[in-house]
Parts: sequence; structure tokens; C-alpha cells
Amino acid sequence: MRIVFKKSYDRDIDLHEHGWSRAKIAVLAGIMILLPFLVGEYYLAEATNTLIWALAGMGLMIAVGHTGQVSLGHAAFLAIGAYANAALMNAGLPFLVSFPLAGIITGVFGAIIAIPAVRMSGIYLAIATLAVFVIVEELVIMLEPITGGVGGIMAPSIQIFGISFDRYGALQNFYWLILGVVALVTWGYANLMRSPTGRSFLAVRDSEVSARALGINVTRTKSLAFGLSTGVTGLAGALMGAYIGFYNYELFSIFISINLLLVVTIGGLGFIQGAFLGAILITAVPQVIAITRDGLNANFGIDLGSVPGLDTMIFAVILILFIIFEPTGLYGRWLKIRVWFEIFPLARRDMFRRQKSYLKTERMK
Amino acid sequence: MSLLDVNDLAVHFGGVKAVDGVSFSVDPGEVFAIIGPNGAGKSTIFNLISRIYEPTRGTIKFDGKDITGLKAHDIAQLGIARTFQNIELFDHSTVLANLLMGRHTHKSTNFVQDILFLPKVRREEREHRHRVEEVIEFLELEAYRNKMIAGLPYGVRKVVEIGRALAIGPKLILLDEPASGLSVEETQDVAFWIEDMRRDMGLTVLMVEHDMSLVNQVSDRVLAVANGKPLAMGTPQEVQSDPHVQAAYLGTAVEDAA
Repeated sequence: MRIVFKKSYDRDIDLHEHGWSRAKIAVLAGIMILLPFLVGEYYLAEATNTLIWALAGMGLMIAVGHTGQVSLGHAAFLAIGAYANAALMNAGLPFLVSFPLAGIITGVFGAIIAIPAVRMSGIYLAIATLAVFVIVEELVIMLEPITGGVGGIMAPSIQIFGISFDRYGALQNFYWLILGVVALVTWGYANLMRSPTGRSFLAVRDSEVSARALGINVTRTKSLAFGLSTGVTGLAGALMGAYIGFYNYELFSIFISINLLLVVTIGGLGFIQGAFLGAILITAVPQVIAITRDGLNANFGIDLGSVPGLDTMIFAVILILFIIFEPTGLYGRWLKIRVWFEIFPLARRDMFRRQKSYLKTERMK
Repeated sequence: MSLLDVNDLAVHFGGVKAVDGVSFSVDPGEVFAIIGPNGAGKSTIFNLISRIYEPTRGTIKFDGKDITGLKAHDIAQLGIARTFQNIELFDHSTVLANLLMGRHTHKSTNFVQDILFLPKVRREEREHRHRVEEVIEFLELEAYRNKMIAGLPYGVRKVVEIGRALAIGPKLILLDEPASGLSVEETQDVAFWIEDMRRDMGLTVLMVEHDMSLVNQVSDRVLAVANGKPLAMGTPQEVQSDPHVQAAYLGTAVEDAA
């Protein structure tokens, strides 16, 4: 068991409590940077997809995990980000300008929607965001000059200072670009959560009445959180569009919204790490299912390819099991395993019983 | 001049007159207690002062300024902190984080500066952390600093809530039943803390309390209310010997000869 002797307040303020955890992050970053040399094209593309999902998951995590606002409409913000970025690039703006701008446009849109919407909570807010999703989906179809309507559009090829970051032409560069964006957003998110603004998000999530008594403007805080959430989701949408290459409104379906909710719930509500674990799960499970299916078919002649909705059913079972047995998600489980090892052999059976509690987000008020 | 001036305060919910014409003033450095039977409107008075309820009539003045028109989140900025009868802490955060949330009114950075964690943010964080550490030391919360609220015993949570209110750095602290559910020893601790808040921190304390031994021990003046109406005001002894107060508590009829 590691004991940290804190000699200054900075140790509490720093992102990492001790050098060991800094070293772990450095190793992880190193592996991620070297990944294109370690794996083939197929797995690199999968890793890229996972990173994009993690980015979108972080976006939703700000709203659901840290501010307690359930959203079923985040696919709409992915769409806004993707189409805004494509439109700005087609208008001649370089990616370095259009990409942040797409995030800001989505964020401002989200914050404006939030001003009336955040007066609701729980299931009512979920339904309101669902309505926003439906409206945006219709708008995408109607705004044909920008979005290509039902036919869809090609994502413009990404060039930065003459170097190609095209998803197909230069997958390695594209991967590094996304890795950089994800790293930056993660850093900003972690900073946010150790600063007064992040704390005010948590305050609003856990008790609005005492948040007010502490001088926190609840409506403004919720709008800000929703704006940041949708802004990050917009960035993920822009990258998702570039990753898919050619897309129409069907890419951003309601199932994407639900999958995003799965990412944050299964990953671990209220943990940045949860968005990553959830993203890994949500992108890996379909692959595992496909590989298993092919294997069964080739070796035993069992054809599961004809079973419709198999993926969805497996996701549903995983979600239900998590809600019942591990409301804190994969990351919460990991923390418990870590504590078990750290204090070995002193762990007791009922040690974590009291900690099995649901966030207010998960309760329907 | 008095710090808090409540004049003819009333709030009606439909036909229910929860508070009906209550007036009192609290002097700086005073410990002022409001007592009364259940449902008398004590907590409602608190909720009116902290602007959770809209008064039907009457005014509340703090430091000579009318606060009746302010929003609930503007109250802390003026230097009024409060605790809640049924603890309202942030359950999924540590004690330290809860206390730091009490420093919200002192932040001067915006969210962009926070995301970039500019040196200014760190400087302010150090200051917040230092102030919070003083509160932790005052309330002897050192052992719980990094514990999650959800796993803490009731008595400790009660103290953390007082700590969060103190972290605001208020002039006036409203304590809503600080001793409810506490053991005799814990209540004694609360009594000492209230004394210290007044003496060392120069705080003014307004509290609602049922525990008469605590009220007798710490309060300078007491206001007794029943059914939303004021019954008596004065020193704890005066109020307890008032026949109207005794009638309200014990239910005996009073000869209105006095």
C-alpha cells in the first residue's frame, strides 16, 4: 500500500498525486503514440474509432456523469459537429480553424437549447433532448445545400500545412491527429474537474438546493455544462464524419445516442476514465461478436449470422447486469479491484457494500 | 444597527399561513435562536431568508440592504451561509471537495481559465485550500478529509455541513437544527463551536433548535413561534417561563389575564 505524504496544498491540486501515476500515464501515452507501428491497418482503424467514441463519451459524461443531466439527444450534436465542420471546410476554411469552430457552434447551440431544457430533470429532460434530436434530424434532411439531404455528403479530406491527414490516404496521421485531440480534451476535462467550475457541476448534480445556498447559479451552471458537453460531442462528430468518409443523417441515429449513454453508464458515471472504458467496450463487443460468429460458422457450422438483433441483445444484457451489480461501472469495479490488491490481505467481504449507491442522474425524479 | 432585520414577514401557501407576521432583528455578534413546536414555521423562516420561498408580505434586511428581491444564489455572496435540517451534502464527493464547494463565491476565474488551469486558477486554489484547512482544523475533521460523504456517520456529516457553511466565510450563519440526531457529547461539541464562531470568528448565529439545553447554553435571545405567529421573545429564561410558550408546547389553556 502506497502512502502519500503531502507537504503542500499543491499535492492536492495537482492532477496526479504521485510520480508513479504520472509514469503510468506517460507509458500509456507512449504506447498509444507508437500504436501505428505495433498493429496493422485494421486494428489501427478500430483504435481510431474507439478514440472517437471516447471523445463523444467524454462529451456526454460532462452532462450525465458530472452534472446529472440525462440526454437522449447527443447524436444530434454529433450530427451538428460533423455537418458544421464539413460545411466550413467546403467553404474553404482550413481544418485547424473549422474543427474548433465546429465544436464552438455545437456548444453554443447546445447551451441555447439548455437554457429552457435544464429547468427539467430526469426523464423529462431525457424526453426533451429526444425531441431536440428529432428536430435536428429533420433539419439535416431539409438543409440539403449544406447536408446533402437524404443523399448525404463526402467528408472533405483533412490537410494541415500541406500534410495529409486523410482517413484512407494517411490513416496513421489521422490516428495521431485524433489521439492529440483526445489527449487535449482529456487534459482540459481533468483540469475542469479540479477547478471551481467542475466542482459547481458536481454540486448541482448532488443537491441543487444547497448549491444555490452556496451561491451557485444552478441554471447558468447547467447551461454551461450542457454547452461544454455538446461542444465536445460536436468535436467528436466532426471526427466521426471524417472517419466514416461518406455519410447522411442515418449515421447519427437514435441508436448512437443510446450507445453513447451505454458508454458512460457501463464505463462508470462520474469518471473521465469511464468514458474510455465504455468506449472500448462499445467498439470491441461488436468485433468480438463478429469474430465469434465467424469462428462458430467456420468450425462448427453454426450460423448465427441470420439471428437478427444479436448485438443489441448482448448490449442490453451487459447493461442490465451492470445496473444491477455494478452501478459505478467498469471504472468503479476497477477501483475496487485495485483497493483489494493495495490492502491485500486485509480486504473484507462487505467493504464496498455501503458504496453501492446510485447517482441522482440514474434516478428518475 | 442590527445585522438582520426581519419585518412583518409572512408566507401563505394557499390557505395555509406557514409564517404570519414575524418580526425580529439580530444584532452583530449575537446568537439568536428560534424555537417552537413542530410545524411552527421555523424552517420556513430560514427558507424565506435564504430566498427559497417568496414571502407573501414583509421585508428582510441584511446589513441595511433589502434582500427580499434577490435570487437564492445571490444570498451567499452577501455573507449569509446556512445548513439544512435534513443534511444536504454532495454525497458523491469527499469532505474536502464539499468544503471547497463552499468557496464558490470567492472564485474569480471563468470556465475557460479553469479548463486551461492557468496559474491564476492554481493561486486561487491554494488560497481556497488554505481557508478550507482552517475550517477542517476548527471542526476537527482531519481524519475525514479524503473520505466520501456517502460512507460517513450521521454526526460527522452534520459537522461537515457546518464546515461547508463556514467555508463561505460568512457574516451570518443560519443553523437549522444543528443538534438534531446528535448524541449528548456531539451536541456539547456543537455548543462549543457556536461559542467559538461568535468569539473567535466574530460570526452572528441564527439557529433553529429543539434541544433546549443547547439553546439555554449558547443563545443570547430566543424567539418562540407557533402556528407561524410569534409568541414571545427575550432571554432563554424569559421565553421559557412565558405562559403562551408553555401552552404551545404542553397544550394547556392559558388564562388571557396577563
